[in-house]
Amino acid sequence: MNPVSELIKNLADQHGRERHNLLPILQGVVEQEKYLSEFSMIEIARELDLPAAEVYGTATFYSFLEHKKMGKHIIRVCKTITCSMKGKNQILLAFEDMLKITLGETTADGNFSLLQTNCLGFCHKAPAMLINNEIYTELTPEKVREILSSYMKKKGGPHDN
Amino acid sequence: MTTSYQLKRVDFIFKNENDWEEVLSKSISRTPQELINELISSELKGRGGAGFPTGLKWKLSSEAESDVKYVICNADEGEPGTFKDREILSQVPYKVLAAMAVCGHVIGAKEGYIYLRGEYFFLKPELNKVIDEFEYYCREINLDFKIKIFMGSGAYICGEETALFESMEGKRGEPRNKPPFPSSYGYMGKPTVINNVETLAHTFTIFKYGAKRFYDLGVQYSRGSKLFSVSGDTPKPGIYELELGMSLSDFVEEFGDGDTKAVQVGGASGFLVPRKRFGETAIGFQGKLTGISLPTGGSMMLFNSSRSMFNVLDNYLEFFREESCGQCTPCRVGCQQLLKGIKAVKRGEKNAHYLDKLLRLAETMQYTAKCGLGQSVANSFTSIVENFREEMIY
Repeated sequence: MNPVSELIKNLADQHGRERHNLLPILQGVVEQEKYLSEFSMIEIARELDLPAAEVYGTATFYSFLEHKKMGKHIIRVCKTITCSMKGKNQILLAFEDMLKITLGETTADGNFSLLQTNCLGFCHKAPAMLINNEIYTELTPEKVREILSSYMKKKGGPHDN
Repeated sequence: MTTSYQLKRVDFIFKNENDWEEVLSKSISRTPQELINELISSELKGRGGAGFPTGLKWKLSSEAESDVKYVICNADEGEPGTFKDREILSQVPYKVLAAMAVCGHVIGAKEGYIYLRGEYFFLKPELNKVIDEFEYYCREINLDFKIKIFMGSGAYICGEETALFESMEGKRGEPRNKPPFPSSYGYMGKPTVINNVETLAHTFTIFKYGAKRFYDLGVQYSRGSKLFSVSGDTPKPGIYELELGMSLSDFVEEFGDGDTKAVQVGGASGFLVPRKRFGETAIGFQGKLTGISLPTGGSMMLFNSSRSMFNVLDNYLEFFREESCGQCTPCRVGCQQLLKGIKAVKRGEKNAHYLDKLLRLAETMQYTAKCGLGQSVANSFTSIVENFREEMIY
């Protein structure tokens, strides 16, 4: 069995196969796969006996349910007003400089994707960002370089996989 | 209310007394009617921003007839400039859980959900531990009430209560038509009480100390205290519990950096108040005693004179354009056009009178959009364009 199909089956066993179980299942796939491929969405539709268009419609509504292939680490820099006033652009530049990608892109080794997001709720500690589910606040370009280096080391360098 | 009102710090919400078990068991030994009356006499209004009377909400759901009902804690805190709910859930989560259980007792619900925004996923493990502890205690006192966390996935609109239900039901987070209201037709079509995190925490205070302690704080129509999320150009950003009814000038005196040009009250969907109006603006619900009184979910963003109000508005509109669910035309197209419009004026492609057309568009959105998101875009748009017109043009 295809590993994604197996994952979806397990998630459906765990959460249930009703319509109201759809979001936790979509989230479970994204947690593992980092995104929802067309194949995953069709498999979920089959598993829950829903029209694939319904699954697609729901999945694409939510900004954290990516439907484009993403890196292992998704960096989401907050772009809403306070973070924007407190130097969000310098943070993005620091990332672009280190990762050699621009906003919206994924590194060639598939390790990092750089995105922006709306208010993370850390306006008092702006600028803020998420790397996957980890929150980082009161960022400076120096801090970004430190954080990113630690991620690169943890994974044995950017050319690990 | 007098004009010499001073800022009054309050410490209820984050006061850590470790007596939630006692408050819970004492509360559920009282009749639902008694508890509803306690809430009604406290005059607590919803702390998420809309300000609906909490006691009435519980009363309506308690009167709805159904075997299955739900209590939902709205922790989809997405309004720009708001971060208090996360702090409540990480510092005093058991107050919220106990309040949900009391609500379950009042309306006859056995299931509760916390709808936690995807951005706060990191809270989940700790919160689940507290829920385990809570459910263990519920079994001890024979209280049949369970709480589950439902994760959001990055959609501001899901903070709108009916969009939140849709999302929990596995659909796109598109707001429903109202009526029917959640008290009769909520999650899964069942009677549902949905309260903001902070509102629930206040009910805990009220059940613990009685309605009077709460009612004695604040001013007419705006009773009690409220958490304020303070950010922007301020030397002391953070979360503060203050009595309602303060004037904005007192607030700026305390939190400003000496050069405050404007304050955004209530987040991107709220109002921008320019310096000349600080004195006549009070923070509360609808009390018109000293001029303008602004309701708020507690977001207070300060801007000093180095900030361009064009950039601020541009940022808000970009936010709304992305977060509009796209279901109704006034909001979907309106947000796009307002954003395009102010950019065109700024670039000189449209003349200044075009701003008046945009103001009329914003007004149309206020009347015709289906939910609070589209209706409230006009709040910040109009208050910024009217007060800082020259910054929009030059």
